[in-house]
Amino acid sequence: MIKLDAKIPEGSLAEKWTKYKSSVDLVAPNNKRKLEVIVVGTGLAGASAAASLAELGYRVKAYTFHDSPRRAHSIAAQGGINAAKNYQNDGDSVFRLFYDTVKGGDYRSREANVHRLAEVSANIIDQCVAQGVPFAREYGGTLANRSFGGVQVSRTFYARGQTGQQLLIGAYQALSRQISLGNVEMFNRHEMLDVVMVDGKARGIIARNLLTGEIESHAAHCVVLATGGYGNVYYLSTNAMNSNVSAAWRASKKGAAMANPCFCQIHPTCIPVSGTYQSKLTLMSESLRNDGRVWVPLKKEDVEAIRKGAKKPTDIPESDRDYYLERKYPAFGNLVPRDVASRAAKEVCDEGRGVNKTGLAVFLDFSEAIMRYGKAEASSLGENPEDEKLVRSLGTKAVEAKYGNLFEIYEKITGDNPYRTPMRIYPAIHYTMGGLWVDYNLETTLPGLFAIGEANFSDHGANRLGASALMQGLADGYFVLPYTIGSFLSKEIKTETISTDLPEFKQAREQVRERLDSLMNIQGDRSVESFHRELGLILWDYCGMSRNADGLKKGRKLLKELKEEFYKNVFIPGKTNEFNPELEKATRVADFFELGELMMVDALHREESCGGHFREEHQTEDNEARRDDENFTYVAAWEWKNEGDPVLHKEPLKFKNVELKTRSYK
Amino acid sequence: MNLKLKIWRQAGRKTKGQFQTYSLEATPEMSFLEMLDVLNEKIIEDKGEPVAFEHDCREGICGSCSMVINGQAHGPMGMTTTCQLHMRHFKDGDTIVIEPFRARAFPVLKDLVVDRSSFDRIIQAGGYISVNTGQAPDGNSILVNQDDSKEAFDAAACIGCGACVAACPNASAMLFASAKVAHLAFLPQGKVERQKRVGRMVAQMDKEGFGNCSNTYACEAECPKGISVDNIAKMNREYFSSSVGSQKD
Repeated sequence: MIKLDAKIPEGSLAEKWTKYKSSVDLVAPNNKRKLEVIVVGTGLAGASAAASLAELGYRVKAYTFHDSPRRAHSIAAQGGINAAKNYQNDGDSVFRLFYDTVKGGDYRSREANVHRLAEVSANIIDQCVAQGVPFAREYGGTLANRSFGGVQVSRTFYARGQTGQQLLIGAYQALSRQISLGNVEMFNRHEMLDVVMVDGKARGIIARNLLTGEIESHAAHCVVLATGGYGNVYYLSTNAMNSNVSAAWRASKKGAAMANPCFCQIHPTCIPVSGTYQSKLTLMSESLRNDGRVWVPLKKEDVEAIRKGAKKPTDIPESDRDYYLERKYPAFGNLVPRDVASRAAKEVCDEGRGVNKTGLAVFLDFSEAIMRYGKAEASSLGENPEDEKLVRSLGTKAVEAKYGNLFEIYEKITGDNPYRTPMRIYPAIHYTMGGLWVDYNLETTLPGLFAIGEANFSDHGANRLGASALMQGLADGYFVLPYTIGSFLSKEIKTETISTDLPEFKQAREQVRERLDSLMNIQGDRSVESFHRELGLILWDYCGMSRNADGLKKGRKLLKELKEEFYKNVFIPGKTNEFNPELEKATRVADFFELGELMMVDALHREESCGGHFREEHQTEDNEARRDDENFTYVAAWEWKNEGDPVLHKEPLKFKNVELKTRSYK
Repeated sequence: MNLKLKIWRQAGRKTKGQFQTYSLEATPEMSFLEMLDVLNEKIIEDKGEPVAFEHDCREGICGSCSMVINGQAHGPMGMTTTCQLHMRHFKDGDTIVIEPFRARAFPVLKDLVVDRSSFDRIIQAGGYISVNTGQAPDGNSILVNQDDSKEAFDAAACIGCGACVAACPNASAMLFASAKVAHLAFLPQGKVERQKRVGRMVAQMDKEGFGNCSNTYACEAECPKGISVDNIAKMNREYFSSSVGSQKD
């Protein structure tokens, strides 16, 4: 039976973390050397945690299913990382970042955790600069900033459109240094298939060596999951092909609560789907909304003409364009939060104003930005700002300097040149706010099992603001877990090294082996991929951008039927004891089936609209989300049951420092 | 479009490989890897063994792709990883030859999958700045002029895919190693350890069995991220100054 205790420290909001740090039990250096920690995943959260824990003296074992820790999907984050530095003197502060994040999350996150995140945000930038992360700079050599959605200050630090890459390489290099010093033992091409509990504590993992297929036991005093989010349950998402929920899901099968699984973020600016063979969707960074204007034609006949190719978007005069975000949300305009922008795009496409063949796309237009930058550049060079050709060429250069690599990605995929014609974009699944329930220590409901980064649920509520994922991953890994892990490990200093000869390991290994064998033995007729595609479509149709009770019930039924077919008819080639990517996919898809069901259950139970979760039954007259604070101001933490329905546990959310308001970006 | 694919099949590290020919119908909108997905689905339908290839982000940044297409690492388009290559750049009736990156330091593991852990070990040898978490001064206390920052970024944009090694007639890792040396040497934060760093990384590179640089610049030509061979010159300068300079360890 799960009991939720968030363990939020006493004291005023601004003092909690400081007090906690000075009172949490410490582990002496000589004892750290005896304690082992397993870190699964080497993205921003995992790599930064593994490096920082090793620097402290713990004996760390790190795991990735990739061939190298540098390939984790954090690497693909484009836009930037937030920090309350107030370098721009524009009124930013720790409180404001905290407030924006709580508000942006539609008041479904935990105050204390979010405030801590805002507090350590500034340290992250310092740390990354010291590691050599080449952030964008001003002429004077100081760090540059830009704006992201849902906020009115400029607090996002960036390295062109490759911020995630540069931050991950920074963490990877810190990790590499600890590997070379012998403080971290690195296991590449290893996938965690189960967590091992000994006397009620997480003491290790079962991992499959992906090259040899060998099922291995790995033991430690505690286990940290930094295994990312579960957006790939939808098949088509901006996640990498191999991103999956399995580590977290295996933990939840052992009794770790899964919190708010229905909170998924749909990113408004992705390249639209172009065919049935499509394997993934590509994001166009939110930073583009700083300068890009979103629109669709006002007139249906223009829409038709564009779809047929009879008219080009540039043929549509200003007066016949509907800049719908600027129209509906004058205060934030194109920079409304992601959930709001995504739903607005869906709305205009549902009205039949989508601008590609499938009717599922809107324009993101840079022509005004190009001219604006061009004029400024021309006047600063003493050239004629009325010379259109010159202005366009200077403006194109300025836009290229800011977003060049994104424009290049777009052109490579679509064959269109976004300097000349507007981009076509559509929302896609991007991030999952839900995840393993953790307390203030980032410990799950399984003692000794921690979850950090996107894998946990704690900081983003029902919607994450742009440039906050990188912040949270690194906050957890560099600055939070190294302290909070002491709350558990300080009580373990007398625990001897955990042996993998324990019966618990043997039993877990056997179970994993049986599971793999039973999947291999099905020998049916359908590929894993075809099941995954169908699963993704069910989720997208019934538990996607908008949801309703009938759909969710139907979706759950369809999912169960598909799962049944999977276990009867899936075909996995090859053998268990060899390099077998199809088998890897099969275990991941099997876990997605159960997670998908839980998402539907969670979405059905939450009779309100908040953040990324939009229930059609709960909307205002002008189609905005209607939250129900009276009945749903809580975290829904689910206990999975292998037989019967999942059991709901509620962690009430108390807001003492912000007033719950209807989120308005008008 | 109808294609003939000649693909390198090799069961394992120690088994002998060979080309196998497949015919496939593709569409111009597909990415190259989606074309391989379609092929694999077909193979699986016939209960065969799908072609193993490494891939993940499919947006040109993780560096997982490791194939040589018609003799060129990442295929015919400049500044493009395999995952971002689209079939519209091929013609109906084309024969496409697909094989793994080939280098002594990148042994083939299966089909198109190679072992690039040697790159990790080069970074582990010194491709970092030794700063523990919590030791950093305020970010703006280290001023970096825009040009240095830009140069550092350009070098740091390397995705570690190994195309430079695959393209090089000597299978040299100079472009990869030099990009890291240059990235860190351009920044004031990286200057403290620069001499130690370059020596160690070069030594590790040699130990891994990578070849020497003979200035053919094939690496730069096939690098999907446009990493410049200027970095190699920069690394050579760093190396010489570390071996003859006054500031030795």
